[in-house]
Amino acid sequence: MSYEATFRVWRGDADGGELTDFQVEVNDGEVVLDVVHRIQATQAPDLAVRWNCKAGKCGSCSAEINGRPRLMCMTRMSTLPAGETVTITPMRTFPVLRDLVTNVGFNYQKAREIPAFIPPQGVKPGEYRMQQEDVNRSQEFRKCIECFLCQDTCHVVRDHEENKPAFAGPRFLMRIAELDMHPLDAAADSGLDRKKTAQEEHGLGYCNITKCCTEVCPEGIKITDNALIPLKERAVDRKYDPLVWLGNKIGLRRG
Amino acid sequence: MTEVERHGYDVVVVGAGGAGLRAAIEAREHGKRTAIICKSLFGKAHTVMAEGGIAASMGNVNDQDNWQVHFRDTMRGGKFLNHWRMAELHAKEAPERVWELETWGALFDRTKDGRISQRNFGGHEYPRLAHVGDRTGLELIRTLQQKVVSLQQEDFREHGDYEARIKVFQEYTVTRVLKTADNGGSAADDRVSGVFGYQRESGRFFVIEAPAVVLATGGIGKSFKVTSNSWEYTGDGHALALLAGANLINMEFVQFHPTGMVWPPSVKGILVTESVRGDGGVLRNSDGKRFMFDYIPDVFREKYAETEEEGDRWYQDQANNRRPPELLPRDEVARAINSEVKAGRGTPHGGVFLDVSTRLPAEEIRRRLPSMHHQFKELADVDITAEPMEVGPTCHYVMGGVEVDPDTASSCVPGLFAAGEVAGGMHGSNRLGGNSLSDLLVFGRRAGLHAAEYAEAADGNRPVVDQEQIDAAAEEALAPFAAEGGENPYGLHQELQQSMNDLVGIIRREGEMEEALHRLSALRERAEQAGVEGHRQFNPGWHLALDLRNMLLVSECVARAALERQESRGGHTREDHPAMAAEWRRVLLACSLADKPVPGEGAITLQRKPNPPIREDLLALFGADELKKYLTEDEMPDAEAGLPPQRADADADKKTENGAEH
Repeated sequence: MSYEATFRVWRGDADGGELTDFQVEVNDGEVVLDVVHRIQATQAPDLAVRWNCKAGKCGSCSAEINGRPRLMCMTRMSTLPAGETVTITPMRTFPVLRDLVTNVGFNYQKAREIPAFIPPQGVKPGEYRMQQEDVNRSQEFRKCIECFLCQDTCHVVRDHEENKPAFAGPRFLMRIAELDMHPLDAAADSGLDRKKTAQEEHGLGYCNITKCCTEVCPEGIKITDNALIPLKERAVDRKYDPLVWLGNKIGLRRG
Repeated sequence: MTEVERHGYDVVVVGAGGAGLRAAIEAREHGKRTAIICKSLFGKAHTVMAEGGIAASMGNVNDQDNWQVHFRDTMRGGKFLNHWRMAELHAKEAPERVWELETWGALFDRTKDGRISQRNFGGHEYPRLAHVGDRTGLELIRTLQQKVVSLQQEDFREHGDYEARIKVFQEYTVTRVLKTADNGGSAADDRVSGVFGYQRESGRFFVIEAPAVVLATGGIGKSFKVTSNSWEYTGDGHALALLAGANLINMEFVQFHPTGMVWPPSVKGILVTESVRGDGGVLRNSDGKRFMFDYIPDVFREKYAETEEEGDRWYQDQANNRRPPELLPRDEVARAINSEVKAGRGTPHGGVFLDVSTRLPAEEIRRRLPSMHHQFKELADVDITAEPMEVGPTCHYVMGGVEVDPDTASSCVPGLFAAGEVAGGMHGSNRLGGNSLSDLLVFGRRAGLHAAEYAEAADGNRPVVDQEQIDAAAEEALAPFAAEGGENPYGLHQELQQSMNDLVGIIRREGEMEEALHRLSALRERAEQAGVEGHRQFNPGWHLALDLRNMLLVSECVARAALERQESRGGHTREDHPAMAAEWRRVLLACSLADKPVPGEGAITLQRKPNPPIREDLLALFGADELKKYLTEDEMPDAEAGLPPQRADADADKKTENGAEH
């Protein structure tokens, strides 16, 4: 079974562009990316779009479909309103390079600013012992396919370029939470307080838990509930706990 | 003179999947300035799609496991065509490579006593695959990616520059490996001097000068219509190696994974992980019959259950039961499914049923196979906890690749190395599931190490890039813009995929492969005239036009070698030569670039080479009765060597247990 659909795709570059209409065939069982590929193959061979696996595993084909941040490969045509125009635009939070391709360098820059896993001293390779229940939480966050849809939708940076330098975004705050909950991460032993740096260096305070990030996550990771809120609670504990404050003051424990 | 962006490094790694990143980490840790080039964004490589796990005989779940058992399984899986030395190094070093990942932050699923859990997989004697649910490849890539970032953080602390010693050039594509031109024009003696390519974003050209180049570009699946591979799998490294003067071996061996999705059409080919079967899933035809019991080949008969009851008991008690035939090596299962469908016992969409819904509780399925559950729900609207999946064979992996030295991963071109899927030899005629991720780590590290050593030795005598080659490479890359009204590259690509699927697929016939060679030759001429619209900035039509050169070269290698090998073995099945022939095991087919391609003729020359004989102490890991199935009479070890006719594996394992190297 196939039908003809209208696709309205943003085309242009850093200097500007416009929505362009395509009449294109859609077949039973197809996803939006299939239709974009058909436009490429038959009408606009130079239509720029990122994609790799077409199976929801690599997180490359992020875009905004009818205004909503989604993976094009995981959006079945049958889930969109029948007979209505499908509008595809590039992710709004990142600068456009060409057509549906944006410069996502912001994310790679933020990734570098999060201190890496610190292996425990004296535990040799092969000697790591962790219980499944203790790795479950961090494993949930490691399901992240880095599609950057959470970064795209987050209102802290979506229309606020000025917040970008100070804010790592949900994906990378979640990365801090992941490391903080890793059973063998030795940050504390090396004098690094991940919760504190989340607050002071990576902009955790900007997040006001509207859960937009969780809603768009194609992996269904509970970013807000399981990563950001616990990180906030613990950061707050440390910041305002009078005992911690006193301990810091008299040098009983490192900040 | 062509304008290019120029850089200089000690080691250039082409490809940022598991093998490439592991190689780059090793080269950088040996103090070499290292460039990583990838066609996609950093962290998107095809490795993310690996689901099942990393095979390594850590013995965490069954302490009978050791490198010798892993070696044996690997050789059996590859039907003894594997380069024994690669299989040996791989089996010995895999555990270290996995444990090292934990020190870089990887979080594998755990056993009850807190060690890395290991799961069963086709062809592996014991539970051996370290895994994270069914997203192990993602964990591998992310861990290596984050290790690269941690090295960059180290450099930032020391030099104030994240990219002082390791830099990722993302969305850069290499179109030529450059060589020196300083020894009198004798192309064969030239050594590597760097790489040439274009930036996807701007379309501008770049050159990276370097004495050592590691190819880690993965496979060739995009030459086939039904494939589990991503768009990147256009055989770039295979073609770059050929064009630089290296050989490809074993190109006739292409693995069709038995279980790809068959419906809806747009996702046809996407992988359904083997873990579904490892965790209890069974294959049924439209009559409801578990047909795999009818397809156990003689060489494996002693190792697989004959009844459903025994097969089912195996999941609980592996010591006293044989494994179910659903867990036969991939080539066997793919052929069986192919036969069932051809015999009219297929599903409505032309596959067979893979059912886990009647085998495990829904909750357990969601826990063990989260991404399969997600994939079927989202893409096919099928709930795998409630109904069976429909699956069929899909082009998944190429065993063939660059002929390399097993220890150093170097090709015959000085300064050119290869690791991972782009390298040949390790898997013989068929790869076992789980042996790919371990291959990436073991030989990625070796390639990085030896490339670093080679670059070190080249200090003081650095190769000089030849401007003529840069100009020629630029001209070649710009040709599609010159071909006004040239053919649409997308159409050419579809024709290529259809031809390979129809004529050089799972079951091969002489006449069809000859036909394929004719078509490929014609397609090559048409592809040289492929034209593109628009400009050089992020232009997918242009990129595809350039990728076609590579796909056509490797497709010809596959077809030519498949026509030559008159036997059936692993990932190469000839309808006209259905038996495995011991004489052919001693032969490797090596492809190289023809000196001067004649129009209408092929671009590839094929040569027979001897397969190096297996070292005696490794042969002694097998019983004489088993070896007889694979070796010719004069290859059999002397009777005096005292090989027992049969070697009960459990006994063999006990004997070697104490001597196991980890």
